[in-house]
Amino acid sequence: MLDTTAFDLRRYIQGNNHSLGVWITLIALIVFGVMRYDNFGGSYNISSFLNYNAMFIVIAVGMCFVIMTGGIDLSVGSVAAFTSVVAAYLSPYGIQVALPGAVAAGLAIGGLNAFFVVAMRIPPFIATLATMLGAKGGALVISGAQTISIDWTSNFTKLGLEKAFGILPWTIVITAIVVVGLWVLLEKTSLGRTVLAIGGGEDASVMMGLNVTRAKVLVYVLSGGCAGMAGLFLASGFGAGQPLEGVGWELSAIASVVVGGTLLTGGMGSISATVAGALLLGLVFNILNFENGRGVISLSAYWQMVIRGAFLFAVIVFQSRVASTAKKGTI
Amino acid sequence: MQHLIEMSGIKKSFAGVVALQNANLHIAPGEVHAIIGQNGAGKSTLIKILTGVYRRDAGEVTINGTPSTVSTPREAQDAGIATIYQELSLVPLRSVTENVMMGYEPRTRFGTIDWKAAHKRTREILERFGIDIDVKAQLGSYSTAIQQLVAIARAVSLNAQLVIMDEATSSLDDQEIEILFSVVRELKKEGVAVLYISHFLDELYQICDRVTIMRDGQTVGQRVISETTKLGLISEMLGRDPEEIEAAGMTGLGGGEKAEPGSSLFEAENISTARGLKDVSLTLRKGEIVGLGGLLGSGRTETARALFGLDGLKSGKIDAHGSSGQIGTPAEAIAAGVGFLTEDRKREGIVPHMSVRENMTLALLPKLKTMGMVDRKRETELVERFIKSLGIKTSGMEQPIRELSGGNQQKVLLARWLALEPEVLILDEPTRGVDVGAKFEIQSIIREYVDKGLGVLLISSEFEELVEGADRIVVLRDGFSITELENPGVTEEALIAAIAHHHEEAAA
Ligand SMILES: Nc1ncnc2c1ncn2[C@@H]1O[C@H](COP(=O)(O)OP(=O)(O)OP(=O)(O)O)[C@@H](O)[C@H]1O
Ligand SMILES: [Mg+2]
Repeated sequence: MLDTTAFDLRRYIQGNNHSLGVWITLIALIVFGVMRYDNFGGSYNISSFLNYNAMFIVIAVGMCFVIMTGGIDLSVGSVAAFTSVVAAYLSPYGIQVALPGAVAAGLAIGGLNAFFVVAMRIPPFIATLATMLGAKGGALVISGAQTISIDWTSNFTKLGLEKAFGILPWTIVITAIVVVGLWVLLEKTSLGRTVLAIGGGEDASVMMGLNVTRAKVLVYVLSGGCAGMAGLFLASGFGAGQPLEGVGWELSAIASVVVGGTLLTGGMGSISATVAGALLLGLVFNILNFENGRGVISLSAYWQMVIRGAFLFAVIVFQSRVASTAKKGTI
Repeated sequence: MQHLIEMSGIKKSFAGVVALQNANLHIAPGEVHAIIGQNGAGKSTLIKILTGVYRRDAGEVTINGTPSTVSTPREAQDAGIATIYQELSLVPLRSVTENVMMGYEPRTRFGTIDWKAAHKRTREILERFGIDIDVKAQLGSYSTAIQQLVAIARAVSLNAQLVIMDEATSSLDDQEIEILFSVVRELKKEGVAVLYISHFLDELYQICDRVTIMRDGQTVGQRVISETTKLGLISEMLGRDPEEIEAAGMTGLGGGEKAEPGSSLFEAENISTARGLKDVSLTLRKGEIVGLGGLLGSGRTETARALFGLDGLKSGKIDAHGSSGQIGTPAEAIAAGVGFLTEDRKREGIVPHMSVRENMTLALLPKLKTMGMVDRKRETELVERFIKSLGIKTSGMEQPIRELSGGNQQKVLLARWLALEPEVLILDEPTRGVDVGAKFEIQSIIREYVDKGLGVLLISSEFEELVEGADRIVVLRDGFSITELENPGVTEEALIAAIAHHHEEAAA
């Protein structure tokens, strides 16, 4: 019988080889940044980096759930834009109203996605494309295509500025809670396992007697809720509801998920690696900004995007190489 | 006595095609009940109606005397019906533990999954079947036989009052089937009923109490198994006279009757591969069937894979007459006139959503082209011819292959290779999941092609098929070819002895 209690690093790595590449790259980038730039590892940079990337992280983990079932959610960017406006409108009533309001708006749109995909059997790509356009339009309508400033006198401003327990901004703390909560949901609950089973074989899951409908509704609603939360962060980070933001966010979210080794066809995936993927994507910009700051070269935002794309590609290739060599070692 | 399950007057059509027209099924508590019938008779459809996968068009279903309200597989499980479906319903990407425990995971105090307990419980459940594997590994990394046993283990662990096994023994070897039977007997002792679907009639006599016979979507009889003969069952199943069936003989392959085999087609010398082949040598000549005998894991499928260029050789060489060089890839093998019907039709064979026609001509398309265009007329003719000669039951050649019954899918795959007119055909379990009537037909067709010069390498876990069908049998053990038996004159006992003898030697 195998000794399963002792921690065996080799076995652990082999078991998690699907996300090995992203962790290696992430650590390498951090080491590179810390060595090359003076204030890179300083608390200010870390805190503002995480604060800014929080919205991308929550969207990515929500997306991860959808992708693990073999689906896709293209509406997340528009939903975030929409709920950022909702959050801005609700900001005078304080964070205790704005937060549930924005998340509820996201959950509702997620519910609409779930209805299209599960009840009406519309392919997720098409269904969420429709809500993407719809939510975008909705954001423009309710805002009159203007950015909606938040109420600076309410406690809404504390979200991004005040530190929870004097350590980290609330945004980061909330993000951490969401991430841990979803990790538990995936790894420790029957519902989470059902999500993975569906991606691995939907018919088989039905025949095993799993509640496939419930799990599929869950992932779309969840993704909507995460996007709603991201909209809240967006409004707080920029001090305004941003109806025109969110373009292409769904693609960065998908990129974060994929670079973390999650299968696009579903059935396999990891929350922690998705977070690592989102951090990695943000880190590339962060490093390029520092590089610009050294004054030697000056890359425009457009070039930064090109570089990020190329980098992403390289990491994905690296990732799959690592995964396949680690796998060969097992057999 | 009250029946556990009563299904009566069940009707079901798929898009106008009748699958069941008047089917009945009565299962008593704690009995082992079999359903037999030809491919496409409606066996799987009937149980899927019972378990809520399909909705019936008409008819009554009662469980323990009360009308059934089951409308999903989950509700069936909750009503005490655990099912192993014919098309293995597992998730290969997930771990063994997840596949066994899914939906019934042990919980911790906090309501989260207790993985430690789940792994432990899975190991215990599998132990009953004599399997000791890493339960944390992906299910897909294990063989079809292990996967099938895992599916059975899951069903048995659900504490059901009825366990349904739809052709659950199709990829198991004798030893594993024995284990399964002992589990079935235990279940029976505990008062659990078992519904057993199989094309192996011999199995029924070992464990079943009663049998329901189906033909063309109808129930044509229910018998107490000890009061029937095999011939009687076959004749009722096929709807033909017993004399007629008797006259046809048991096996259509007719090994050993052939005169001179022709020139050599294929020579493998001392080959070994990374997949566990150590040292295998064999030759195959024109117009003969060479069988590969051995237990599961002895290297039969691995030999086939190597000969077809799927696994690279570590040492040794393969000479295929007709190809100049060595065979290193499947494309080279096909070019050299070698075809390979794999044992795992679901994963490696069929393209589920494509039609019968497309599945049949997939490998043939290059040959069907005239001036760059596929000659549809020739294609249609060819497909029609094979549907007819193999007796494939389908509503038309444009029907998606996944809608065909299991045995009929197998026939389409066989047709795919025969249509290529290969010189060498490797058949890995060609009649698995095929009913006795169709089995005979398939074997006759294979023999017909062999008489015309085809060389066949036959892998079969049915000793009868090997002994009666093959001209020569190469016996494998642990990746070595150890001896060769020549027909006529080979008996089942001799083959079993050859395999077992060498096995004991190895153990000693
Ligand atoms: N989903 C489906 N759509 C259309 N036709 C179907 C479907 N499922 C089954 N059929 C048809 O219903 C008939 C009965 O099929 P079924 O699978 O019940 O046969 P079976 O007795 O289990 O055969 P086998 O021994 O080959 O497994 C076949 O003609 C088959 O083509
Ligand atoms: Mg069937």
